[in-house]
Amino acid sequence: MNYIEHIGKYYLMLKQVFRRPQKARIFYDALLREVEELGLKSIGIILFISFFIGGVIALQTALNLDSAFIPESLIGFAAKRSIILEFAPTFCSIILAGKVGSYITSSIGTMRVTEQIDALEVMGINSLNHLVLPKVIATVFFYPFLITLGMVLGMFGGWLAGVLSGLFSGVSYIEGLQTDFNPFLIAYSLIKTLAFAFLIATVPSYHGYYVKGGSIAVGKASTQSVVWTTILIVITNYLLTQMLLT
Amino acid sequence: MIEVKDLRKGFGNVEVLKGISTTFHPGKTNLIIGQSGAGKTVFLKSLIGLHHPESGSIAFDGRLNTNFTIEEKRQWRQEIGMVFQGSALFDSQTVEENVIFPLKMFTNQTQSEMLDRVNFVLDRVNLKQSNHRFPAELSGGMQKRVAIARAIVMKPKYLFCDEPNSGLDPQTAIVIDNLIQEITEEYQITTVINTHDMNSVMEIGEKIIFLKDGIKEWEGSSEEMFKTDNEAVVNFVYSSNLFKKVRQAYLNETNL
Repeated sequence: MNYIEHIGKYYLMLKQVFRRPQKARIFYDALLREVEELGLKSIGIILFISFFIGGVIALQTALNLDSAFIPESLIGFAAKRSIILEFAPTFCSIILAGKVGSYITSSIGTMRVTEQIDALEVMGINSLNHLVLPKVIATVFFYPFLITLGMVLGMFGGWLAGVLSGLFSGVSYIEGLQTDFNPFLIAYSLIKTLAFAFLIATVPSYHGYYVKGGSIAVGKASTQSVVWTTILIVITNYLLTQMLLT
Repeated sequence: MIEVKDLRKGFGNVEVLKGISTTFHPGKTNLIIGQSGAGKTVFLKSLIGLHHPESGSIAFDGRLNTNFTIEEKRQWRQEIGMVFQGSALFDSQTVEENVIFPLKMFTNQTQSEMLDRVNFVLDRVNLKQSNHRFPAELSGGMQKRVAIARAIVMKPKYLFCDEPNSGLDPQTAIVIDNLIQEITEEYQITTVINTHDMNSVMEIGEKIIFLKDGIKEWEGSSEEMFKTDNEAVVNFVYSSNLFKKVRQAYLNETNL
């Protein structure tokens, strides 16, 4: 199957996904389950990575700014910009594409090869709507919150790295964080997050739903889904940056 | 009653079903047999609407499934119970959650009404005290019984079973066979079973259809199967010495 066919099939899948749920109560239960599975269970890894990445960004910036003519507060300023613009939304989304994407593909793929999806269809249930829509809603609504947490913890990691290493003072770092604050950059970052969250839910679902074969096919589909989600995140990141910031 | 007329289905250039016509009556266990690759599963999946036939018709109590409106199709789906080869239980849900799922999805019953019905069908398939266990904690035979319970919880008019005995020991297989036959008679369901198990054919086959290379090679009752001289059926069904002896004994007994 060529790329055009895959794109067409993906859009046809979305058409089935975005239908009114057949039973609100069941949809609501599924949504809460997905918020826990795809969102709450990802908080730990995102906080951990954000904290250390924030620290590394601050240390790298400090080590590369050794001129007496550059104010020390620039470290905080540069760290803030890097974290808000790229590291929190893009880097964390790529991590989530790996963690959550492989989970989605393998869980839906296993349902496919064990005929659980056929069982849903025989009962008269729109399986795409039943399985994928709660995932899309859960990620799109929860990931902005997750990424915001990542931003905060990343900046805190930077501050702590400076304080512990003695490379820069905590006060100047905070001064840098407060300098030239532009709320649109947060909006830009969250818009990107919404787009990435949509991709993280739908691309792995596509790979899992249309898998054919057995356990090896499910494994291959999981790998492919992570690769394709990452590629699409990178491309979308470029396109959104071009559209929103230039 | 299900009436199938000239059903054809292919994948790419391969024609799998080459014009099958037959009728399945309510209250009877109808068995589809044949070698691997004969088209049994494709036939069964075409009957339940998971495959779309290229031509031919399937009528459920006179209603052509190709003419269904969306609402009629939804209604028809709820009249179908299906037991898959691997049970196809939702592995993230308990036995009770699996069985209650269609009720939650399609009825407006209260929780206690639904639980009463779930306990009734679990009791009917002799599966008590397992409501809160997960499918992975059950034996193959128990999983099949849960699948049967889920299939009949909505009181279906049509029950389809794809290899219900595969992977089960002979004793458990007979229990499952008898259960399906009892339920079929009790609720006057039109049951269609796809099987390789010759014990099932002998035990519960009230109407047997033998498929060969996508064609209906033979059909009749289990009694007629003993008497048939159709070479393909004889070679397939009586391939083991045991069944050859059983057949010979039957023919001697009936002086045929």
